[in-house]
Amino acid sequence: MITRAEFKTIAHNGIWKQNTSIVQILGLCPLLAVTTNAVNGIMLSLATIIVMAMSNVAVAALRNFIPHEIRIPVFILIVAALVTVVDLLFNANLHELYLVLGIFIPLIVTNCIVLARVESFAAKNPPLQSTFDGIFMGVGMLWTLALLGALRELIGSGTLLGGIDMVFSGLQPIQLLPESYPGFLLAMLPPGAFILLGCMIAWKNWMDARAAERNRRKPPAPVEALGCH
Amino acid sequence: MMFAPAPFLLKDTSVSRVMTQVCLALVPGIAAYAWLVGPAILVQIVIATLTALFAEALVLKLRDKPLAMFLGDGSAIVTAWLIALTFPPLAPWWLVVTATAFAIIFAKHIYGGLGQNPFNPAMVAFAVGIVSFPALMSQWPQVGLQMPLSEQIGVIFGLVPRVDALSGATPLDALKTALKLGEGSFGVAQLLANQDIYGNFAGRGWEWVSVGYLLGGLWMWQRKLITWHVPAAFVGAMTVLAGSLWLYDPAQFASPLFHIFSGGSLLGAFFIATDPVSGCTTPRGKLIFGAGAGLLAYIIRVFGGYPDGIAFAVLLMNLSAPVIDLLTQPAIFGMKDKS
Repeated sequence: MITRAEFKTIAHNGIWKQNTSIVQILGLCPLLAVTTNAVNGIMLSLATIIVMAMSNVAVAALRNFIPHEIRIPVFILIVAALVTVVDLLFNANLHELYLVLGIFIPLIVTNCIVLARVESFAAKNPPLQSTFDGIFMGVGMLWTLALLGALRELIGSGTLLGGIDMVFSGLQPIQLLPESYPGFLLAMLPPGAFILLGCMIAWKNWMDARAAERNRRKPPAPVEALGCH
Repeated sequence: MMFAPAPFLLKDTSVSRVMTQVCLALVPGIAAYAWLVGPAILVQIVIATLTALFAEALVLKLRDKPLAMFLGDGSAIVTAWLIALTFPPLAPWWLVVTATAFAIIFAKHIYGGLGQNPFNPAMVAFAVGIVSFPALMSQWPQVGLQMPLSEQIGVIFGLVPRVDALSGATPLDALKTALKLGEGSFGVAQLLANQDIYGNFAGRGWEWVSVGYLLGGLWMWQRKLITWHVPAAFVGAMTVLAGSLWLYDPAQFASPLFHIFSGGSLLGAFFIATDPVSGCTTPRGKLIFGAGAGLLAYIIRVFGGYPDGIAFAVLLMNLSAPVIDLLTQPAIFGMKDKS
């Protein structure tokens, strides 16, 4: 069905190498609007994971029956039906959070990540691989949105996991910085999201460059020629 | 006779030399500021300078650049001084530190350091401050504030509670608020008659600070550190717009004189909009840049919600500077002009 190597590649691609937010830079609209705290980012990512896993498996199963010329409208119809399901689920079970996330749950339909994975992976691969691809792409989105949300929240208001009571009633946000922390409002505004996202991209590139450097160093480094470039 | 390749500079114009002269040109303004508004500005300048040098050293180290050469060029110090001059003199220390560090790290070095930044770092710092901490950024001390220096330092470092005497508005902001509250029941002329706030022509104390900037700016022009284009276009455009609105309805709009000598107009015209890195470089481009900044600054400060509009005006013009430069290329010597 699925080899270990295949699984590892799919997971690595989704979580790190082709991360939706910091490599493909897809889905910036929910990213900017929703990540004012970690909880919102995580919950929207969870909704996206559900949609992506289900739409990938549906499209992969139907890939041989969908006429190539009209595949995009068909994909959109499948995704829209699944998003409606998730939308109703959120409305019924997490109503307060549903009000906060608002339009961004229905907007998962138009999220480029979902359509991109359906078009570039699920339409060409068997259902099992496509399911894992959907899940791991979603997990990649989850950790970046969670990290970005947590950073914005921490810098902007000094708390962590604000709004957690909307998911698990009884839990309280953590006040990490002292009460007198004035709050760096910029982090909560869209420019702050862009700046912090830029920092995260820089961090990822730095990690990759460091890893590449380490791999390159393994064999004895060739003597660098003196001269000018 | 000496043979040398271009550029044919008449005298040694290193970056550090230019920056030292810019700092010197700021001295009359700073002196007037410290004398009339309060010596706390000197404390802020020290805080901003130390932060800027520290942040610069930190980023240079991260980027593996030579420390001494770039730290010694003085550009970080000019940025720091401009930030200190645009922030309220009794702002808490961390506000100036945060804004200065942001300016050096994000506005300057993320883009590649000196000469590469598309936005004026000092104005980015101001925009970050006013967007993130609007309340603290609008608390200006009343002019003639009787407070010993030790107590002012205490306020800056949070040792002494912030009292009401600190939470004044700039003359510019005060006039706008008064006009809004008055709903036309009293005109600009009646309001400006209150010399305790508005002084002789553009705000008690502040008008002379502006005169100090003007003197420093004219000296920079005389030394050929800046050309006349940007300041003249800035002041000219502001005068034309403010003047026509003033002639149209003198009860609603203050005179051009008031607008040019209040707020950061002259500091902006001579020291900020003339930034060679983030501004335009062609002569016609400089005229457009200065005029655009002056017009936008007037529109933002009079019709907008912020106390002053220089920072946003300059940032918006920074954004359009590459296009302006592209469209205003001068004809090459010996070639026929395209138009």
